[in-house]
Amino acid sequence: MALLDRTARGLFLVELVKGMALTFSYMFRPRATINYPYERGPTSPRFRGEHALRRYPNGEERCIACKLCEAICPALAITIEAEPREDGSRRTTRYDIDMTKCIYCGLCQEACPVDAIVEGPNLEFATETREELFYNKEKLLANGDRWEALIAANLAADAPYR
Amino acid sequence: MPKLTIDGIEVEVAPGTSVLQACEQLGIEVPRFCYHERLSVPANCRMCLVEVERSPKPVASCAMPAGEGMVVKTNTDTVHKARKGVMEFLLINHPLDCPICDQGGECDLQDQAVSYGYDRGRYEENKRAVKDKYMGPLIRTYMTRCIQCTRCIRFVDEIAGVPALGGLARGEHLEITPALEAGVNSEMSGNLVDVCPVGALTSKPYAYNARPWELRKTESIDVMDAVGSNIRVDARGGEVLRVLPRLHEDVNEEWISDKTRYAIDGLKRQRLDRPYVRGADGKLKPATWAEAFAAIKARVAPLPGNKVAGIAGDLVDVESVVALKDLLTKLGSANMDCRQDGALFDASNRAGYIFNTGIAGIENADVVLLIGTNPRWEAPLVNARIRKTYLTGKLKKVAVVGQNFDLTYPTEFLGNSGSVLSALADGSHPFVETLKAAMNPLIILGAGALRRGDGLAVQAAARAIAENVGAVREGWNGFNVLHLAAGRVGALDAGFLPGTGGRDLAGILAGAQSGEIEAVYLLGADEIDGAKLGKAFVIYQGHHGDRGAHRADVILPGAAYTEKNATYVNTEGRVQHARFATFPLGEAREDWKILRALSTELGRPLPYDTLAQLRQRLVQVNPVFGSLDRLVPAVWAPFGQAGVIADAHFASPIENFYMTDPISRASQTMAQCTEAFLKPALPAAAAE
Repeated sequence: MALLDRTARGLFLVELVKGMALTFSYMFRPRATINYPYERGPTSPRFRGEHALRRYPNGEERCIACKLCEAICPALAITIEAEPREDGSRRTTRYDIDMTKCIYCGLCQEACPVDAIVEGPNLEFATETREELFYNKEKLLANGDRWEALIAANLAADAPYR
Repeated sequence: MPKLTIDGIEVEVAPGTSVLQACEQLGIEVPRFCYHERLSVPANCRMCLVEVERSPKPVASCAMPAGEGMVVKTNTDTVHKARKGVMEFLLINHPLDCPICDQGGECDLQDQAVSYGYDRGRYEENKRAVKDKYMGPLIRTYMTRCIQCTRCIRFVDEIAGVPALGGLARGEHLEITPALEAGVNSEMSGNLVDVCPVGALTSKPYAYNARPWELRKTESIDVMDAVGSNIRVDARGGEVLRVLPRLHEDVNEEWISDKTRYAIDGLKRQRLDRPYVRGADGKLKPATWAEAFAAIKARVAPLPGNKVAGIAGDLVDVESVVALKDLLTKLGSANMDCRQDGALFDASNRAGYIFNTGIAGIENADVVLLIGTNPRWEAPLVNARIRKTYLTGKLKKVAVVGQNFDLTYPTEFLGNSGSVLSALADGSHPFVETLKAAMNPLIILGAGALRRGDGLAVQAAARAIAENVGAVREGWNGFNVLHLAAGRVGALDAGFLPGTGGRDLAGILAGAQSGEIEAVYLLGADEIDGAKLGKAFVIYQGHHGDRGAHRADVILPGAAYTEKNATYVNTEGRVQHARFATFPLGEAREDWKILRALSTELGRPLPYDTLAQLRQRLVQVNPVFGSLDRLVPAVWAPFGQAGVIADAHFASPIENFYMTDPISRASQTMAQCTEAFLKPALPAAAAE
């Protein structure tokens, strides 16, 4: 009996049909992949991507050179130099992040008392040369200007949980 | 000797000890802001509250004398609650701007708020804001941060002796105000920055430069004056960012002078970072070490020894002095002198040129005689020590022979001429009786007084006074020479003086003029008039492009005091080691290494290749160099040369406290101080 059963299954390709049925069943299910550069998945407001230095709405840079991010950075990726600006306020003369050292832990934005340094939602900042990943203050401020709307929205979205 | 119990531990303390000090003796920490060991006790911050049994309220421990049978508790709920309350009140008007405050990371208020305060504030009203005050080019004020501990007022009143600060209004509205907004005109004003427990007074040149945690801290020795203050050099990368005092009870206590603290920006300017050789067109051109050595070899190697001379400057370390002396000796020259200021004095006996009493010894003196010296400018910390002794009431009288300066304590002016000194020496002056009656008379002979042509006689006269009035006896030596230069005593101890048949400074200069001296090696000697060196071939080794380098034919770039491991001997004869904090600039090298390399080039190699070997050689030269940080009492023996003392006035050797050496002359901060504090006092002609 067992022999008959096995032979019948072999003759009618039952295993193959079952397998193909599973395969073709996916044709009728929603797609899991996305057409990446044109479509993208959702990101959390806490997403830790490319760094940016923010400004106040009046255009004044937020960073006050307290150097807490430099101190907390576990990868020693941040370098800051500061001196009094002409108006006597405390500002950086140099704010460098070595993005090749950075481990994207987000401690810098946690340490920042004025929400100046943030890790924005951008993750597409691959470069052709290594040197382009050594960010300076100009680049970071430009990032901030470019991403400000999203960054502000993300911070606002995350604020209730802090 | 009251016996009290603190936290269940019984302790016996000296009468007059406060409860806070008794706690400290047991190692129990009591938070405080206004209390400072070296200042008077106002007890106005209330942070040091402790519980004392049978007292209805918590007690301010800094102002409560320890009493017999007292039972003190520092770790009860009441105490914690009291401290938290005080801290909350202090923080009511404190701006909490730690991220932009330079004190952040080393702030007493910050630390104690974390340790003893609540973790949140309840205050929601407006905070007080106070207008910032002008305190000169050294101190930056941010008076809103002030917690009114009044340490600064007490510091300038008591230690600095310049009552330049005061408090206006009362209570919450109390403001620390400099008199007339004219800055704090004191040589010790920089210490206000250390004294302030919050960020109200911070260092202006260091403003926003760095955070304390990024700095590399090196314990070293200062060379701006001959006191040899113990300092901590804070550097980041290759840059010295600030200098802080280090505690040494016998030298500088915990203070340093403004020049020590702020002249360091001179280390970045006017530096010699590569060798130079004067070309055929008479201009100095950058060269390599090999070219510089070749130029020296071509000129010096063929010369007989007696045509070569060496002069050591003010900031030289003992290692390089000994190396130069050995090199000159190998070249067959005995022409060397370390008294580049032209001072004449007998250096054969160590007791004749050091500060025998020791700086801490000043505290035992009851009568002080200052001869031709202005300690306030020549050694502010010695002056502070005299003032401290005066404030204890122990010091009955200070008399001055020489220019009459405001020394921050009352002085009796005996006269300014040499004849007064002669009269004191032969006992005919009435002040001799006062000295004789004194228990511990102290005589301080300024380096300026020895600069005159009759230096030997002045020195002998001072010795005569010391011996006549009993200032030298078993257990007390009241004869002191106050030097100006950090390198002087070390060079004298190393014997960098004319050998047998050698020329002294005047002889070298005369020889250079007449052509008998053809090569002069200036080891950091900058106070010599270049024109006096005639046509001699001048080699300058040093770290700044100052007067010496201008005249030089070959410049060898050396290291400044923060850039080498070096030995310095202060005016007391205390041997101390300065330590390497940053690398020498550019091509510059440690000074003894330059001399070692040059000796090989000249075919007369010196017998040491490492610092350890050189230090062994130092001990051979003078065993004193082997006893670190100890005062070796010098044997008293006759020195000086009796002679006629000219009637001329004793002139102060320092015209500008803020600019006395190549480093401070190159410093912008010191230039600003000169502008702010000295210009108004100078006559119009000099100001131009």
